[in-house]
Amino acid sequence: MQVTFSAEEREFREEVRAFFRDEYPEDIREKQAQGAELDPEDQVRWQQLLHAKGWAGINWPVEYGGTGWSPVQKYIFATEEANANAPIIIPFGLSMVGPVIYTFGNDEQKQRFLPDILASRVWWCQGYSEPGSGSDLASLKMRAELAGDHFVVNGTKTWTTLGQHADWIFCLARTNTDVARRQEGISFLLVDMKTPGVSVKPIILLDGTHEVNEIHFDNVKVPVDNLVGEEGKGWTYGKVLLQHERTNIAGVARSRYRVRRLRKQVQKSVRGASPLAGDKNYMRRLAAVEVELKSLEYTELRTLAAVASGNAPGPESSILKIKGTEIQQAIDMLYLQASGYYALPYVPDQYAPDFSGETIGEGLETQSALRYFNNRKASIYGGSNEIQKNIIAKHVLGL
Amino acid sequence: MDFSLNEIQEMLADSIDKFIDNEYDFDTRQKHAASAAGYNPDVWSTFAELGWTAVPFSEDDGGFDGGPVDIMLMMQRFGRGLVVEPFLANVVLAGGILKRVADAGQKQRWLQAIIGGELQATLAFTEPQAGYDLSDVATTAKPDGDGWILNGRKGFVPNGATSELLIVPARTAGEPGDESGITLFAVAADTQGISCNAYHTIDGLRAAEFRLDAVKVAGDTVLGEAGAGYGALDETIADATLAVCAEAVGIMRVLKDKTIEYSKSRSQFGVPIGSFQALQHRMVDMLTECEQAQSLLIWAAMTHAAGGEDASRAVSSIKYLVGTSGQKLGEEAVQIHGGMGVTWDLDVAHYFKRLTAIGQMFGSADWHLDRLAARAA
Repeated sequence: MQVTFSAEEREFREEVRAFFRDEYPEDIREKQAQGAELDPEDQVRWQQLLHAKGWAGINWPVEYGGTGWSPVQKYIFATEEANANAPIIIPFGLSMVGPVIYTFGNDEQKQRFLPDILASRVWWCQGYSEPGSGSDLASLKMRAELAGDHFVVNGTKTWTTLGQHADWIFCLARTNTDVARRQEGISFLLVDMKTPGVSVKPIILLDGTHEVNEIHFDNVKVPVDNLVGEEGKGWTYGKVLLQHERTNIAGVARSRYRVRRLRKQVQKSVRGASPLAGDKNYMRRLAAVEVELKSLEYTELRTLAAVASGNAPGPESSILKIKGTEIQQAIDMLYLQASGYYALPYVPDQYAPDFSGETIGEGLETQSALRYFNNRKASIYGGSNEIQKNIIAKHVLGL
Repeated sequence: MDFSLNEIQEMLADSIDKFIDNEYDFDTRQKHAASAAGYNPDVWSTFAELGWTAVPFSEDDGGFDGGPVDIMLMMQRFGRGLVVEPFLANVVLAGGILKRVADAGQKQRWLQAIIGGELQATLAFTEPQAGYDLSDVATTAKPDGDGWILNGRKGFVPNGATSELLIVPARTAGEPGDESGITLFAVAADTQGISCNAYHTIDGLRAAEFRLDAVKVAGDTVLGEAGAGYGALDETIADATLAVCAEAVGIMRVLKDKTIEYSKSRSQFGVPIGSFQALQHRMVDMLTECEQAQSLLIWAAMTHAAGGEDASRAVSSIKYLVGTSGQKLGEEAVQIHGGMGVTWDLDVAHYFKRLTAIGQMFGSADWHLDRLAARAA
């Protein structure tokens, strides 16, 4: 038993560290440090820097321009990326639709879509949930009726993250309603957001941000060439994709970074005459979260080790999303509690580059409540934690 | 990165698994626990014959050079079988002190006998007033010619009544609470002036309190340097803490598995109770607690083995987790077993009781959380 890295892995880590040290733009670094919202241009610029290095397709096979990294290399990258507090890569293209296209798409689709996804030249968003279909995704109603060389698509998608910036959307839509099981007859469609009949309506989240949208489809004509894989098999493809999403949202490396940062913060934050670090109740809560996080880190490592040695991940992998998001939210709360009165100002504008007034508090503090509010989503998206428990009960415990 | 076991570890794990599966069912365990000694001396001899009593000792001392990871593997399995034989008292506690500070002659006399299964020994690490503070040693040792005279009381001594050798920390300088001035003595249990008040513990095991009333011991009973015993005591208790945590993780897995199994076979309202979502989610939580504890245990064992400043953090982390989420898992196992869960006949109750007892030993969850919280402050 050992958890040390091999010489090659240590060398790789140095290369990743050097990249984040040398190539990570100062202005984006500063925004991240303040917890300020990134412009879409910042996001694209960063992802294109990763692409230039050949590190955009982290999970992609080499033949499609991916890194071909081992699980350990991916773990090292995620750790260094978190330690640099680099922006989270927008998953919809690189982590979601890309893998579906290279796994289930035809050659024409691969050539047409994959290079732009890899180079972050096209912004993708996800069209799964509908107003009436949240956890019960298979109840989705969006219709796609075949009419010659195209489908006519009608319906509404919702919770579409960053859809306001998106060029394309991938959707699950019903191409056949005459089916025995409702999981059948669903197809995986790629839709150009500029197609007539597509409209985007913002949904403002509780922290005041415009992060998600409702997307309406009114007689939208989608060429049959944009159908991925077989008609009626979209549910299967979508499930593969959701599985992928689940393994990426534990966020262990990010949480470790945030806890380390919090440890520095508690030496500075004051409670009366003494630093917060002297508050026993607070420090106990922090220590308890660290224990949970250390456990999860090793749960993730056990999963990686299993995958690296060619085995399927064991039951421990299924708990990553639940525990990962619970820990994230516990850390959010610790930041909030560390901020005292400085959690109260609602001043997102002061982190804009053109802000010229006097700033109130520091980003870590004045963004703490907003982050806490916003991240309540973590235990809801990607299949809510309750849905995750249903899945584990059925497939792992055999109940 | 590699979580696989080496060949020797595989063999060790395999031999204990076979023993538990073939020779140590719950009824057998209960029989051993109810016997006069509280364990089966023949089984203990088997442990020695199989070499299990030699694992954590150096090759020079006749052992296998095993470390915390090996002890972890063993204790998880002893937990699975709810083993009552005194591995903790002899090998981890008494053996832990002897291997650290005993001289060659003392090792020959006592450690060899422990490894051989011929001597029952234990460590009297706590006193009635001390709580979890190992430095709160009020028992005194005064020089007396070539020897010493010991006076004082010792609290919870695992397997105290059946032990022939007691390792007794006593103060030769300073005040209770001082880490310096503690000397370790190897005292024959039948020495005049020692009185033993034996008792059963809540988990079916045995312990004792001792009074030492003008107990005369020879100079060669001092283990290591006089006044400098705290380090070995602290390290040995850290080993023991990790060991019982591994045992607890073994217990947690059994409780989790038994509960899921039971929920599939027990029917109410015409369906298995495992079909109820209210219970399913709680059993998923049990799985989560179990896997998280397993993960942290692996980290803790490896970190403890590596030494350094993270070693004590590792021990406190796993003890805290076992004492909180482990205890909760135990409560859930009892709850989901319904009325059966609170009966003496069902094994689940006894696993739960052992888990609870472990929670009280070597620092409670709160005590360890305080250590973790103070670390950064």
